Parts: sequence; C-alpha cells; structure tokens
Amino acid sequence: MWELHSVKKLQGDSTQLFIGLHLVHEVTSPQAFAALEEKNLNVLYPELTYATVDHIVPTINQKRPFLDPLAEEMLMTLEKNCIRHKIKLFNINSGNQGIVHVIAPETGLTQPGMTVVCGDSHTSTHGAFGAIAFGIGTSQVRDVLASQSLAINKLKVRRIWVEGALAQGVFAKDLILHVIRELGVKSGVGYAYEFAGPAIAKLSMEERMTICNMAIEAGARCGYINPDETTYTYLKGREYSPKGDDWEKAISWWRTLASNKDAVFDDEVIFDASQISPTITWGITPGQGIGIDESIPKKECLHPNDQQIADEAYCYMNLKPGQPIKGLPIDVCFIGSCTNGRLSDLQAAAKIAKNKKVAKGIKAFVVPGSERVANAAKKEGLDDVFKNAGFEWREPGCSMCLAMNPDRLEGNQISASSSNRNFKGRQGSAQGRTLLMSPAMVAAAAITGHVTDVRKMI
Amino acid sequence: MNNLIKFPKGSIKKVSGQCIVLRGDDIDTDRIIPARFLKCVNFDNLGDQVFADDRKERKGTHPFDVDINQGSSILIVNKNFGCGSSREHAPQALLRWGIKLIIGESFAEIFYGNCLSIGIPCARMSELNISKLQKEVEQGPQENYEFDITSKILRSKSQSWNTLMEKGASEILISGEWDATSLLISQKSKIKSIAKQIPYLNYFEFDID
Repeated sequence: MWELHSVKKLQGDSTQLFIGLHLVHEVTSPQAFAALEEKNLNVLYPELTYATVDHIVPTINQKRPFLDPLAEEMLMTLEKNCIRHKIKLFNINSGNQGIVHVIAPETGLTQPGMTVVCGDSHTSTHGAFGAIAFGIGTSQVRDVLASQSLAINKLKVRRIWVEGALAQGVFAKDLILHVIRELGVKSGVGYAYEFAGPAIAKLSMEERMTICNMAIEAGARCGYINPDETTYTYLKGREYSPKGDDWEKAISWWRTLASNKDAVFDDEVIFDASQISPTITWGITPGQGIGIDESIPKKECLHPNDQQIADEAYCYMNLKPGQPIKGLPIDVCFIGSCTNGRLSDLQAAAKIAKNKKVAKGIKAFVVPGSERVANAAKKEGLDDVFKNAGFEWREPGCSMCLAMNPDRLEGNQISASSSNRNFKGRQGSAQGRTLLMSPAMVAAAAITGHVTDVRKMI
Repeated sequence: MNNLIKFPKGSIKKVSGQCIVLRGDDIDTDRIIPARFLKCVNFDNLGDQVFADDRKERKGTHPFDVDINQGSSILIVNKNFGCGSSREHAPQALLRWGIKLIIGESFAEIFYGNCLSIGIPCARMSELNISKLQKEVEQGPQENYEFDITSKILRSKSQSWNTLMEKGASEILISGEWDATSLLISQKSKIKSIAKQIPYLNYFEFDID
C-alpha cells in the first residue's frame, strides 16, 4: 500500500506519499488556503478533497449567522475557500454534515487501501477500514492541497493482538482505554498500531473506529485494522462506495491488502478482552485509566516515570490516592464525539436511559456525530428516549469534546464524557475535570448522578 | 513575547539565544494553546495566548511569564512534549512567542512534524542530560547558547551538549527543504502518473502479482 502511493524517496527516511482522500474542516484549513493564495497555487486534485464544518458549530441554535461572530467567520472562510477551489463542502443541513471522522466513513468516502489525511489527530479513525490514515498540521494541509502529497517517514508497526471477547457491558471504548492504560500515552510514538485477533474480528465497524480513533492517545499516529467481510458489508451501498461492476472489482482488490498471516511486525503485544472491565480515566491523560472496581492508584504503586504526572493529576482532579472511583459524583454528562458519536453508541446509551430519569442536578446531553446519525437515531425514536429521560438532544458537531462551541464545563465541574481527551482544560474550563468512559457508562452516570458500573444496569 | 518575530526562512544552520526551561512530561497541545484560541483564521495573535491557562493558574510564575526568560528562544522540555491534537497552532504560538528551537527527551509525532514544517528544529537528549541542562539553565538563565544543526551540538561558554536529531530532519533544515511545498510540486508529473495507477481512482483496475 505504501509503495503504491510512493511518489519519491526524499532526504533521510522520508517519502513523498500520494494522498487518496483529504478531509478538511474549518479550524485547521483557513491558514492553509491563505498560504496557497500567498504562493499563488491551485488545488491540484479538488475532487479528492472533501470539507465539512464540525468543531465550532453550535449544537443548539444553528441559525446563520451564528451568534458567535468568530465561529461565523470561520465557516464563512471555509465556504469561500471551498467555492473558490471547487471543493465539495458538507455544510449544515446538507444531510451529510457532521464530525469529519464520522461522515467520511458513513458516506463511503473512506475505503480500504486508501491514504487518508486530515488536519486533525483523530484521522487515525479511518485506519479501521484498512486505510493508512493519519493527522497532519496546517502546513501539510497546504502541501496536500497543492500537491496531493506530503513528506512523511515510514512508521514501524506494533501489532496489538486481542484474544477472547468483550463481556456484556464492556465496550470497544473500554478495550482501547485499557490498552492505553497498559501501554502508556508515549508507547506509540514512531509506530502505527495494528489491532488484530479474535476480539477485534468480532467488532462492528463502528466499534473498530472507536479503537483506531484513540490510537493517537497512545501516541500512535495511525491505527489500522485489516479489512474483512465486516468492512465490505458496512461499505456496500453507501453513497461514495463503488457501485455495479466496480463493487466486485473493489472487493477483489481489497482482499489483496490484508497483512499476510506470516507478516513480521516490529513489535507485538497481546491482550485478553475477556479480562477487561468497564474502564474509566481518573486523571489528566488518557493513560490514567482504571477498572470500575479499582481505586485511584497510590503513587508508590506506579512506575517512577508515572509518578510526577500522577501528583499533578491528584491535585488537578481533586482526588485522593486510594479513593474508589465508583460512586464519584458527576456534574455533567456528555455523549458524542468522533470516538463515540455514532448510531451504535447512541443505541447503547439509550438502552440504559430508557424509562429512567437523569439524576437531579445533572446536566446531560447527547450530540449525534452527524446529521445522518441524528436522522437514523430519530427514526428509531432514540431522541425521545433521551428527552424523556431528561437528556438534552442536540444538533451534530464536536461540541464539548474540545469546547470550541458554546458547550463547555464551568469552573471545576466534573464530566462523565464519551470523548477522547481528559487533558487539563480540554472541555472549556481551565479547572474543568473530565472522566473518559463508554457512552453506556456515561448514561449510567447520568441516571445515578455518580460513577456507576453499567453492568449492574443491564 | 517578542514584538518583532523573525520567521524562519530558507536554510537553517544555527540557532542561538537564551534557554527557557519548561518541566513536565506529556505537556499536550491543549495546554500549549487552549482550543478557544483556535477560533481564528490566521495565526497572528497566538504568541500572547501560548500556555494561557497554565500561565493564569501560576499567576506570573510560569516560565513564559518570568522576566528573565523574556526574549528566550531555546525551549528545554521533558518527555512526549506536544502530545494530543494535531493543531499547528501549538508550534505557531511558540514561534510567535519567540521559540526557535526545542530540545527535549522526546516529542509527540505530529507536533514534531509540525515544528519541522515551520522551521523549528526539535532535538533530543537523554533524561539525565536534560535534567543537567535544565539545572544549568536555571542557575544561569542569561547564558547564551548556540545550536549547530550540522554537528547537532548545543554549546554554552562553558559546556557542550550532544543531541540527537534524525538525519532527514537536519538535512532538510540545512537545505531549506523543510518548507516542502515547492519540492513536492516539482514532482507533478510523477504525482499524476501515480494517480493513474491507484486502483481506487481508476475503477479498481489492478494487476495481480
């Protein structure tokens, strides 16, 4: 796959790599388009770039102009750039708008064997289809617009082999949080993480996307899963999937892509899915995770390298070593994001919320990952399930995953969140605190008002 | 913050200036530049906003606020600096504050690439040497250092420190090809021929080996 896309060997270990699918959004693209214009350059393959707006969109009132003039300016800039350079934009109310890593897969744009880039670190998501997919910065967005290629070093591959199967009430999110907890947030630097094994083979495409999405939280720029029948079944009939004769030819090509049974990896680690419990972060990096039955780790039990960041986390999170995580009171519950804003995520959360009520004093809201997800959920009546339980049902976008829109924590509020990052200040308040967990676990926390073992509610 | 920023351009062979120490592992790009400052269509104002929340929390004691560090250009960090989001706003904010070179134990990958693509070299040193260098800088913050990209050596009046930098990175900094656009575009005919061979762009026609 790498060879197929190689344009030229560059200095050092670098290769000029052809990019088959380029996704852009409003936050990391304006400076790239401006740089193109400054250099008087055109977009080389406008038909291989697709744009959407996700980070800054309000999830309550999407009427234009947006109430936030800066957000409005960003969308207007994207609209202008897309018109000028003839790039397809999935705008609000187009039926295709949503978080970039939700819409490209669900429209069939993301396919096996592609090279996929986007000015967004969670581009690793698309590796779930057997694509080479990674996040880039704005200067590289400029380069891809101008040359449909970029300079990149080849990555080593660590295979993460997962035996067994996830138990009931344990989800793909728990699996990846567990992997990051065990391997650490720096483990993936220089690597692509290939996920394989019986437990991965059993996962749906949406679950596989959750896994690859968070490869970057382990430091790995790419996540990857070999394409298989699950992949082809998911892609069949989608808007941009191959059609007619091309479909059969596409499958024959995709079948040639999977890594060989005897492939040699630079490294391999093995996990057993059946040993994983619902997992939740307690600290300020995605690696600071524990099982629902565990307590906040004591400093002396941690590896010396993890002790300084643990100190910082106890203090920032206002949690004590040895304190159980179960029962910790929550202020805000957020279901959504490119990690867990897809239909199956909303279904899992709705199952917990059905015929129940959000605990008193809790703000709980659901942000579908895209307009398609929202429509599919409404068709099943999930919006009503959530609303009847006291959740707010919002319009699609990135929302409080990174709080670039009006959805944010206040003061030192603590959130149960189905998103991907628990960094200091991530959810919009410099003192805000985030606990990462699966959407079902977020729903459980919303109902009880505190961190709860969702397995007891199934 | 430097009012007059000299942006990197062309060949970069040497970087000199005062060092500034920022301790801590896993300093993520949300901390370097919180997401609310990404609501902009250019990078111009990011220099004032670098580490905004950390600086507010530390009420004037953050290294980027301490008087003696004003005008520093070599940032000394620990492990996995720049992890998290791909936002180029992070190195752009550092650059606009005045940072021209970062030396650390390790860097997150996308951040590292972003730095290189805007002409900020990132060099690595062992945990032990970073710790020694951090102490030396804190004891004599006004010392001038010079970093030579070819030899990868950081020198002060009294000391010299070997660093690691991958060969490709030092080569493109010296040749000026870190600003990659024109180099990439020069391969236009090769790019077009590749586009004609890729199955998914050509009705899935392919040769079986």
